[in-house]
Amino acid sequence: MKSLHRILAVLYKELLQLGRDRLTFGMIIGIPLMQMLLFGFAINTDIRNLQAAYVDLSNTSASRQLVAEIQASQIVGFNTILSSSEQLQQGIRSGDINIGVYIPADFERRLQQPDRALAQVLVNGSDPTVVSVANQIAMFPFESRTGSVVSLAPRPIEVRVFYNPERRSSIFIVPGLIGVILTFTMILFTAVAIVRERERGNLELLITTPVANLELMVGKVVPYVIIGLIQTSIILVLGKWLFGLPIRGDLFDFYIAALAFIAASLTLGLMISTVTKSQFQAMQMTMFVLLPSILLSGFMFPFEGMPWAAQWIAETLPLTHFIRLSRGILLRGAELLELWDQLLILIGFAILALAIATRRFSKQLD
Amino acid sequence: MHDSTELAVSARNISRYFGDLKAVDEVNLRIEKGTVYGFLGPNGSGKSTTIRMLCGLLIPSSGTIEVMGLKVPQQVDRLRAAIGYMTQRFSLYTDLTIRENLRFIASIYGLNRTAANARIDELLVTYNLSERAAQLAGTLSGGQKQRLALAAAVMHKPKMLFLDEPTSAVDPENRRDFWENLFDLSAAGTTILVSTHLMDEAERCHRLAILSAGRIVADGIPHELTAELSGQTLGITTPRPRRLRDVLLEQGAVRSAAQVGNQLRVLVEAGSNNAINAIRDIMQAHDLSGEVAAVAPNLEDVFVVSTSQSQRQ
Ligand SMILES: Nc1ncnc2c1ncn2[C@@H]1O[C@H](COP(=O)(O)OP(=O)(O)OP(=O)(O)O)[C@@H](O)[C@H]1O
Ligand SMILES: [Mg+2]
Repeated sequence: MKSLHRILAVLYKELLQLGRDRLTFGMIIGIPLMQMLLFGFAINTDIRNLQAAYVDLSNTSASRQLVAEIQASQIVGFNTILSSSEQLQQGIRSGDINIGVYIPADFERRLQQPDRALAQVLVNGSDPTVVSVANQIAMFPFESRTGSVVSLAPRPIEVRVFYNPERRSSIFIVPGLIGVILTFTMILFTAVAIVRERERGNLELLITTPVANLELMVGKVVPYVIIGLIQTSIILVLGKWLFGLPIRGDLFDFYIAALAFIAASLTLGLMISTVTKSQFQAMQMTMFVLLPSILLSGFMFPFEGMPWAAQWIAETLPLTHFIRLSRGILLRGAELLELWDQLLILIGFAILALAIATRRFSKQLD
Repeated sequence: MHDSTELAVSARNISRYFGDLKAVDEVNLRIEKGTVYGFLGPNGSGKSTTIRMLCGLLIPSSGTIEVMGLKVPQQVDRLRAAIGYMTQRFSLYTDLTIRENLRFIASIYGLNRTAANARIDELLVTYNLSERAAQLAGTLSGGQKQRLALAAAVMHKPKMLFLDEPTSAVDPENRRDFWENLFDLSAAGTTILVSTHLMDEAERCHRLAILSAGRIVADGIPHELTAELSGQTLGITTPRPRRLRDVLLEQGAVRSAAQVGNQLRVLVEAGSNNAINAIRDIMQAHDLSGEVAAVAPNLEDVFVVSTSQSQRQ
């Protein structure tokens, strides 16, 4: 009872301070807005109309059909027709084109020979996104007028995209982006929250009062839970409104997942605040956690493609688990129960981090 | 002597290192309940470090502490409600108003709403902060901040108060009021440990310890400490105080010579009999004129004597 009284005292004080801190308050709304627009519009991993050229030495109706179909995919835009493989290479070297398609003179004959490559795709390999586009072209299913379906690659693979058939990356990014923004703001706010009291000298007074470690931690963290939920809602609404984000699963399930993730991030922030001595250090530590979260969690790059060491690190990051939950619920319409293990990991993480933070936070000055 | 239950603070041989620096060196303290006990010492002499150890904020490198009969730091959780601590640096929230700060402290100490409001109103009047109750603490003047900090420290009516340089930013007039407040608290049974580097403040304390370089070099009742030096302090009115000072400092029996206005205040070694005549002779030998008279010793003299003694040991 007394304990609750003290937690409420800390909580109320924190809210008062937050209400007076215009900049922080602005960041609460500003960060999700900015990031959303930045990631949603600017960082568009869809590739359209890549500069390309082709050489058609066979110049038959079949080869012209192939060129037309690649063009129709809108992935590349053929703006030059060249006459030799050397010219294609020259164009790539000079940067005029990123992709070259070379159709040999015996194209018609190769169509009848399934084990031979039909044509060649030359790629500027210095840009990984271009390589992946080239791979898409290489997999291009080609149905010749004669009726037989062949692919440009020796082994025809058809790429089919589920859940995001339009392959719009913004849809795919938004569920992860919620996690990235929450990671950033939640960890930073709490990491700074306790260090700031230490820096400003408030802690020297607080320590001599009856307020207990856990009471102080809980009282400081709870206001940010509310802020986290507000941010989540802002991104959800913006995502739906600007990018047509589908919400296929249960919204309640999603908020439960978000709550667990917010708790994990906040307690991680608390842990940071107990090992750092200044606000500057706290910010650096936040970046130290944020960067691997963004890179390894599956937000930017597919999880499956990463080496096992990176996957192992990623498993220890709350964001990885939240992204699985969030994509599962929002994009695939999964139920929370199907993803219970991810939820459990987040809750476990939060409890562990809180325990460590409370233990580490000594009621001494040094 | 006294039964230990009569002691508010008892510290035995406490030391504290920061790396290689011995900030507090074998300090022994016995503070009786109900006294106003002063810590007098220059910057870096270990006043704050000692107070922090007594509050359980820092662990002593060695030595034992008992405050209000409880072991520190082992039993400090039980002690917290009984002590109040006013930090040297302002440690309330600058982005909260006076009233919000006090309300926060009140709830931390478990006062309910009505009790808190009554106590806060009372404190605002006592510490003359009523008109500023709605002002942000960060915008207060130095002296106002210190009055607010004292109000916060006594919120829960602690039996023992630790005040670390509580009046460093208070003007002389307000300082008097501040000390009247302290004696009111003391009369109500509160034991107060107050650190200062001001001699006139130290003189007001019931008892006093003089710290230098982490050690207690003298302790006792202020006027007794000064009385021990009677006959050793002289005042010389002279037209050439700087020259006279240089001459006197070369003499072995002269401990210190400091100019105060037109006067030169001279402290001679104990046992220098008939110091006045000896000084006159020296002045004549150097062709210097002036009036020599005995003056009452003050705490500064005590400080000079005891620090030079401790350095010689
Ligand atoms: N946390 C610390 N780390 C290292 N050295 C410290 C620390 N705290 C104090 N010191 C050193 O210990 C010595 C005593 O410091 P302390 O703050 O106790 O002095 P003080 O008497 O309160 O001085 P002031 O009148 O300036 O407040 C100083 O030399 C100081 O530099
Ligand atoms: Mg100090």
